[in-house]
Amino acid sequence: MNTPDNLHYAKSHEWLRIEKDSGTVGITDHAQSALSDVVFVELPKSGRVVKQGEVIATVESVKAASDIYAPVGGTILESNETLSSDPTDRVGSFGLNPIHLSLRAYYPLQITLPP
Amino acid sequence: MIPFAGWNLPVEYSGLLAEHKATRQAAGLFDISHMGQIRAQGKNALSCLESLLANDPAKLKDGEGHYSFITNEQGGVIDDLLVYRLSPDDYFLVVNASRHPEILQLLKKHENPQVRFSGNPGTAAGMALQGPQASAILAQILQGAPLPRRNHIAQFTIFGATVLIATTGYTGENGYEIFSDIPTGLKIWAALLETGKPLGLLPCGLGSRDSLRLEAGLPLNGQDLSPEISPLEAGLGMFVDLNRPRTFPGRRVLEKQKESGSPRICIGLQGQPGQPPPRHGYPVFQGGKQIGVITSGIPSPTLGHGIALALVTTPAPLCGQDVEFEVRGRRVHAKVSARKFLKTK
Repeated sequence: MNTPDNLHYAKSHEWLRIEKDSGTVGITDHAQSALSDVVFVELPKSGRVVKQGEVIATVESVKAASDIYAPVGGTILESNETLSSDPTDRVGSFGLNPIHLSLRAYYPLQITLPP
Repeated sequence: MIPFAGWNLPVEYSGLLAEHKATRQAAGLFDISHMGQIRAQGKNALSCLESLLANDPAKLKDGEGHYSFITNEQGGVIDDLLVYRLSPDDYFLVVNASRHPEILQLLKKHENPQVRFSGNPGTAAGMALQGPQASAILAQILQGAPLPRRNHIAQFTIFGATVLIATTGYTGENGYEIFSDIPTGLKIWAALLETGKPLGLLPCGLGSRDSLRLEAGLPLNGQDLSPEISPLEAGLGMFVDLNRPRTFPGRRVLEKQKESGSPRICIGLQGQPGQPPPRHGYPVFQGGKQIGVITSGIPSPTLGHGIALALVTTPAPLCGQDVEFEVRGRRVHAKVSARKFLKTK
């Protein structure tokens, strides 16, 4: 399992990479393999203000829809639009590789980073 | 691995989509040892089953099987099952794992010197070999012995043990269900894997079992069927025989539903590519008004869009009409379709 040291991890399997005045959120390798074949991703719109622990995205595999929680509160600056704008080819294709969600949250934040 | 009706079952071995595709294009091998295998034997076996089953077991010939239901007094489904006649006083029933103890207990209440029921949970092995290559793979193991016809069952000797093989399944593909003792089952599983591997066979888990059955429009008890849903409401009236003298639990209710229509009916829904897939429990709307709820829904791996079974109030929307389902607070468009989503065998 790939767990880069420059990321902070939440118990619910999201990661946060803190940049200068913002951060990027994604889901862990473990979460991606547990979700198996992702067929649909719903991402938040930029400008949305989110609290820590709020559902910010949903990743769907054939078997289930799984919520992604904000590891910190903040304002969504940007979602990885290429991911959600064209999921059609993903839905029908077999053996899709796991993907990283990439959202940017405004920073500084009400951080209680997990150990 | 996940807990399932007292068993630990794999959701997937190599990956749900790969397993799904293997079954549609080559072959999939499913461990169905959790399914309840019940034997009804004795002179009164038929008479006893006739009084309990919604489809008439008296119609079966030796070596023939059919789909049936055990219903409650309200006409709701306690379980859906396959019933095979091995000989005039020997029947083989395959029931859902979650209902196995309950049904065995129910049957045993009718036990007498003329009818015996056997088959405790965990005492037998079962596996399903499904897909276009299933016949070729199984033929190699059986070394040329003729395979049973569709919906038929026959006894074979494999690795020195007596094994039942039925030409049935839960995927919409041609295939076989193989029932044996546990040590023999392990040997057959290994032999099928080895023989099937060069032909593209993959072992398959519960995940692809569910996606394959839903594409074929086959119901899952506990979702599309329940003690609150009748076989007629589920659109499975063809497996309920009301043209026979013997009564069975809930017969009156089912007759009434057949005459004047059921208050609800199961319909098929098809979503669109790029839209979130329908899921179990999502409400269904027509013209802004809620008409029912999705009982099973997935993104179909073969079709590339969402498919679902939904239980809606009657009169139900017709095939081709527009409805919506609600996903995370927003309405998503879907079209009513036949429940069999895929042209399968």
